[in-house]
Parts: sequence; C-alpha cells; structure tokens
Amino acid sequence: MRPAVDFRAVDIIFGTDRERAAALPMVDAGASRAEILEKTGAVLGCAGCDLAVERGEISVLMGLSGSGKSTLLRAVNRLNKVARGEVIVHDGDWSASVVNCSESELRKIRRECVAMVFQQFALLPWRTVAENVGFGLELSGAPAKERQERVMAQLELVHLEDWAGKYAHELSGGMQQRVGLARAFATEAPILLMDEPFSALDPLIRTKLQDELIELQERLKKTILFVSHDLEEALKIGNRISIMEGGRIVQTGTPEDIVLRPQNDYVRDFIANVNPLSVLTAWNVMRDARDLKGAGEGWLWLDRRQTTRFKFDANMLVVDAERDSQPAIWVSCDNTEKLPENKPKVYWAHAGTPLKTVMQAMHQSETAPVAVFDEASRFLGAIGVRDVLKAIVRGSPGEV
Amino acid sequence: MDPLTQWIAAWKIPIGRWGREFFDFLTTNFAWLFDNLASGLATVLDGMAGFLLWLPPSVVVVAVAVLAFLLQRSWKLALGVAIGLLFIVNQGLWKETVETLVLVVAAAAASMAIGVPVGIWAAHSERVYQFLRPVLDLMQTLPTFVYLIPVLILFGLGAAPGLIVTVIFASPAPIRLTYLGITSVPKPMLEAGQAFGATRSQLLWKVELPAALPSIMAGLTQCIMLSLSMVVIAALIGANGLGKPVVRALNSVNIPLGLEAGLAIVVLAIILDRMARIGKEGER
Repeated sequence: MRPAVDFRAVDIIFGTDRERAAALPMVDAGASRAEILEKTGAVLGCAGCDLAVERGEISVLMGLSGSGKSTLLRAVNRLNKVARGEVIVHDGDWSASVVNCSESELRKIRRECVAMVFQQFALLPWRTVAENVGFGLELSGAPAKERQERVMAQLELVHLEDWAGKYAHELSGGMQQRVGLARAFATEAPILLMDEPFSALDPLIRTKLQDELIELQERLKKTILFVSHDLEEALKIGNRISIMEGGRIVQTGTPEDIVLRPQNDYVRDFIANVNPLSVLTAWNVMRDARDLKGAGEGWLWLDRRQTTRFKFDANMLVVDAERDSQPAIWVSCDNTEKLPENKPKVYWAHAGTPLKTVMQAMHQSETAPVAVFDEASRFLGAIGVRDVLKAIVRGSPGEV
Repeated sequence: MDPLTQWIAAWKIPIGRWGREFFDFLTTNFAWLFDNLASGLATVLDGMAGFLLWLPPSVVVVAVAVLAFLLQRSWKLALGVAIGLLFIVNQGLWKETVETLVLVVAAAAASMAIGVPVGIWAAHSERVYQFLRPVLDLMQTLPTFVYLIPVLILFGLGAAPGLIVTVIFASPAPIRLTYLGITSVPKPMLEAGQAFGATRSQLLWKVELPAALPSIMAGLTQCIMLSLSMVVIAALIGANGLGKPVVRALNSVNIPLGLEAGLAIVVLAIILDRMARIGKEGER
C-alpha cells in the first residue's frame, strides 16, 4: 500500500533565492545549521528528510524546539515551501506533489485531503464555535444545510454540542483545542496535521485530550502527522516516531525501537529520562520459543534456572505445566480473580501486554517466568526475570 | 548678506513656478474634466441637502434619533441625539447644520471608499506602502491653505472643492488604520485560513477584514472628526454649512454668532462620533 504522505529527500531553507542557492551545496556536504547561516545567511529548516507516513497511523515528529519538526510538517500543505525534494500526498487513487502542484490543486489538497490543528488553536474570535468548526466547509462552498449537519456531528464527537453558539474566548483552553480538532475533522480530510496541539494546555487537560485523540483515532482511522517536543506524549500516541535534530531526521521507528535500539547518542540522551515501562510490551522482552531449552518429551524450560516447564502439543498449545516439579496451573496476567492458594501458578501474557503487567504477575508468582501466547493461545516465548532487567537497563546511558 | 548665502540663493530653484505651470497645464487641458466633476459633485451634495431641507426638521430629528437607536441599541443615545438636534433648530442654524452634515457624511464616505481599499493594497504590498508613506505624511502635514488655492483654481467656488479638500485631509486616517488593522492580523489566523484552502479573496473577506474591523471602524470615527474639523476651512472656499457663520462672525467680530455656530459644530461632532462607534462597544 502506498503511504498517505511521502517525504522524499526534503530540504527546506529560509532565505532569499540567492541565499538558498548558496546553501544547497552546503546542505549536501552535511554542514550544520549554524555553519550555513554564517556562510550564506540562509536558515536551514530541514535537510534530506525521508519519511513515509502510512495510511491510518499516527506518525510523530519529535525533537527539541528548532529541530525542524514543525517546518517539515508545514511542508505537507505548503505553509512552508520546499527548496528541493518531493512531498507526495495520496488520497485514495488520487495523488499530488505538494511541491510542484498548481494553486487549484493545492487548494484541493488543503480543502479535501489535509486538515490542520494549530498549537495556539488559531480560532477566529468573531465567529461562534459552530461557525469556527464550519470554516473549512464554508471555504469549499458546502451548502449551509449540509454544513450545519456536519458541524453538529463534529461538535458531538468532541462533546461540545452545548457550546455551539458561544465565542471562542468564552471557552477554556482545552475546549478551544477541541474546537480546533472539530474544525479539522469537519472537512473529512483523511490526513491530519497536528502542530504541537496540546503543548499550550496544562498537564491534566493535555493527558485527557491525548486519551480522547487515541479514542477518536480508533474510530476515525485518520492518517495523523503529529509534532511534539514531549517524548512521553510521542511514545503514548505514536505508532511511529521520527526523532529530529538540527533539521535532520536521526532515527525513525516504532516507540519500542526508539527505546530499545537508540541509534546514536542524541537519541540515547533523549530517551534517558523515559520510563521504559510506559512503552515496552511482553513481545519486546520475551525470548522466542525456538531459543528455549528442551526438557524432553515435548517439554520446554521457560527459564534459565529450569524451575518451570510447559508441555506442548503439535500446535504449540499448552497441555501440561510444572513448577518446581509440581503440577502447575497457568493463568492470564490480567486475571484479577481469587486463585487457589495451594497450587503453583504460572502466568501468561499476550504479545501486546504491557511490561508493567508482566512484572506484576512475576512478582505475584514469586519470580516465576511468564509465558507469552498469541491470540490463538499458541505459545510464542517466555520472559524470565533476567529478560526484564536487561530490557529496562538497556535504555539507560550507563550501560552501552 | 555673506557671500556664501548670496551664492546659495543666487540660483533659486523655481518650485513655485513649476507648480503654477503644472496647474496652468491642468486648467487649460483638463478644464472640462474638472468642471464636470465639480458640477456633478455639487449636484449630488445640493440634491441631498435639498431633500433633507425639504423635509420638516422634526421629521429629520426623529429619523436621526431612530437611526442612532438602531445602530447602538441605546435609548439614552437616541434621546441625546434628539435633544442636540432640537437645540440646533432652536438656535436657528438648521439649514447650515444639514449642509454641513451632508458634506461631512459625503466626505467621510468618499474617504473610506478610497482609504479602505488603498489601506488593504498597502498592507499586501510592501512596495506600495513604501511609496505611500511619504505621500500620506505630506497630505497630513502640508498646511491646508496650500492646497486650497489650486483646488480653488481647478474646481471653482462651492461645495465640490470643499468636499475635495476635506477628502484630501481626512483620507490618510482610514488608509493608515486599515493598513495597521490588516498587517496586525495574527499570523496563526492567516495560516488557519490558508491551511483550510482559502483563496486570496476568501482570506481577505473571511479572515483579514473581520480581524481588522475594529481598527477600520476607528478609522471611520477619526475620518468623521477630521472632516468636521475642515468645515470652517471649506467655508473659506464657498462650501455652505456651519463654517459660513463662523467665518462671518470672525470677520465682523460677532461673539454671539461665533458661539452659536461653534456650539452647533460641537453638538454635531458628538452626535456623529457616538453614532459611528459600531463594533467598538461590542468588542469590550
């Protein structure tokens, strides 16, 4: 499947045409932003950015201020002009190159394909909430009746239907940004650009809106390009994260990739203060079934200490379990019911179970290994205490 | 005189003569244009004044008071407007007041009609603004009497030259305030417009002008006040209105007449200012 937004070797340079021309060779030579500014007077926005944003995913551009993340985002609807490279937007079978397209094509992209949510909300204060939400529809000439219906539907989506007639300044910051979200959803554009949408909100409201966004995304399945300077936020909402520094993308990967396999010191510094428990899942830390040691007659040892073993049938379904040579029962990590005290227990998790839950189960079973099953209850692998410790310590800069 | 000064003054640059030649050129070649313009403007202004004077003053007073209420939704203002206008009728200055009102409203309308589009143009083009800035400074600082003379030559005596000098004097205010309003529209608002696919004219009508409206309305009130302040000067070149009695009072050292006419101008100024404050109250 083609990506929804495709950045190909994108350079963005702010300055006059002459400064830009002088800066390009320096960009190719890998010069830093400071060097380029001093030599040519041009300001490097982004350099050589390659990124494919897949349909339906939340891709987060992550970096400190001045890293070029907003600059790159704004290339998608040409609020920033690309000096060199390509930005392609795909909408179904239709696609357009944002860099070279005509004014009318650009308008089509902006009205129908790409909607945007701004950091400072950017609502129009002389319009009511409903009129703000209908702004995009009004620009594309939607008839008043249809507009009204769609606006009310969007307002219900963000729980603001009772505020339709109020003006933006009568709303709290969190509510204003919900209006911003509704305005972006109202055009039904499949691609959403979010430029630090929650940064101007206080932490409690921010968390709430992040949760709401994740929930909405479950239903709406938009393609979201999200800019953030907050790694916790990026890890929480992103399916894929690109870390940027000085206008260049230094690493792109899933949240676990970034935390478990930082590619350089910059990323390592970045994730130093991140709690790995908030991203890692059972899948990230387990040892694969094929790497486990056999214990004869269809049995496999789950741990290195050889305290616990499972017996499997041909389909890798568990038929028997033993712990410390006693028959054991196997129960889900998520199980909260009262369990029989007298029988040894071995917990199991799904691939997507958070590491935190796995650790709790380990604690309850007195450090017994935890088995990992797939959705069809087939055995995938096991997690021992050492696997957990290794995963947590790996992310920190002390251990390289 | 010392030799240096003598030397500097020896070849006087003939600016005055060039100016006269320029205006001579205009009068000889474009007399038809200016004559038609003058008589056209005079017809319109006289027609409007004639209509208002044909109506009984009481009808006009009630009509203006109702208009004041419709604009500002305030009984107090409507009542004040009525009292002010009745005072003028009482002082026997009704005819002059109506003539001045017509001149001021026409001048303000013309100034806004010129000022708002020019202000928008300047806000969108740095080059236009760079050209316009000294022109506006010139229009506002050049003593009015200086351009009174050529206007008099081109348009003759009457209401038309009065209107034209008033517009020259008053239009820089709406130009500047429109420019200010449009250039200070917050960037995120403009980007929101662009990001949702606004065309240039949609951006102007749906984002820039509404955002700049308070500033443009301030331009309108300023424009009205500046027009009113030109009433006496316009009277010098034959425009009818409240300026006439003031000039007459000055020439004959007639304190009572000067006081009456002066007070009538003040009353008119207050009424127009309060009525033109559209939007400003709502913003607060």
